[in-house]
Amino acid sequence: MSASLATVSYIGATILFILSLGGLSNQETSRRGNLYGMIGMAIAVIATVFGPEVTGAGYAWIIGAMLIGGSIGLYAARTVQMTQMPELVALMHSMVGLAAMLVGFATFIDPEASRAYTGAAKSIHEMEIYIGILIGAVTFSGSVIAFGKLSGRISGNPMLLPGRHWMNLTGLLLVIYFGRAFLNAHDISDAMLPIIIMTVIALLFGIHMVMAIGGADMPVVVSMLNSY
Amino acid sequence: MAGNKLAIMFGVAAALFWFIGANAPQAFLAHFTVFVLGCFIGYMVVWNVKPALHTPLMSVTNAISSIIAIGALVQIAPPIAGAAGRPDDWIRALAALGIVLTAINMFGGFAVTQRMLAMFRK
Repeated sequence: MSASLATVSYIGATILFILSLGGLSNQETSRRGNLYGMIGMAIAVIATVFGPEVTGAGYAWIIGAMLIGGSIGLYAARTVQMTQMPELVALMHSMVGLAAMLVGFATFIDPEASRAYTGAAKSIHEMEIYIGILIGAVTFSGSVIAFGKLSGRISGNPMLLPGRHWMNLTGLLLVIYFGRAFLNAHDISDAMLPIIIMTVIALLFGIHMVMAIGGADMPVVVSMLNSY
Repeated sequence: MAGNKLAIMFGVAAALFWFIGANAPQAFLAHFTVFVLGCFIGYMVVWNVKPALHTPLMSVTNAISSIIAIGALVQIAPPIAGAAGRPDDWIRALAALGIVLTAINMFGGFAVTQRMLAMFRK
């Protein structure tokens, strides 16, 4: 499949995702909306697997990984109680955050991925990696805490540390500082330390941010982390 | 929204756009266009969702967020694999784990949404 065919497939998938959300505007069309989402996702995955970026060597890995993940996902979705749905959504979303972190790191350690870029394009590429890992980390740790609060494993009371605003601000400033260090690093080994420190800060921030929110607001928090 | 706040917002947006336009390469601007349009589409589409359907909405947007799988899929065995200095095994391990995680969310997410929506059957 050529790159152009893959691109139009992605456009088709996007249309289906938009229709999927639109279908939720009323109950009659909502079931169809969910189906559109599934079809859109299937098209996007198939277009990628048969597209120019995936060679035959990867098929076994992809099929294996999808079988394992898919069966876990379907099993969890089928057997969980209806009252446990929000916490299941939070838990699954933490996995998306973790996956985003892993994808970011994989791109980061790949010298071939950034070889073609120079100047502003290189900076943008590196910033995307940095911010991608940052957001993935916050989403991951935040969603895990949201899961903990929704399932009752963590107390619903908001944990309001004194000086928490200063802690958050310090974290943000450190992240920006290490972002500069990351962009200025000459090669991957130089850039490794800033990005790992940033990841730790981001994980702590995610935990802190959601711990400070009361248990009753967790569905809102999950939606917010979803948007990240 | 008050006139002043609106004017300030537009001013900040214009300054940001100017900064981007002055410094960014062409390829980025194409992506940026899609991003901006996507933001508006998402905002407008979600405004129409009935309050009763907000929890299934949270679930289906979570399922759609597993589109990150595409990022992992293109790293498993790209055409450039085997190039000198590329830690293939590390990248493949990270990407494979990423695919497992997103597959859980992909299949589980749509299935959870389906269960939620099934409750609405009259």
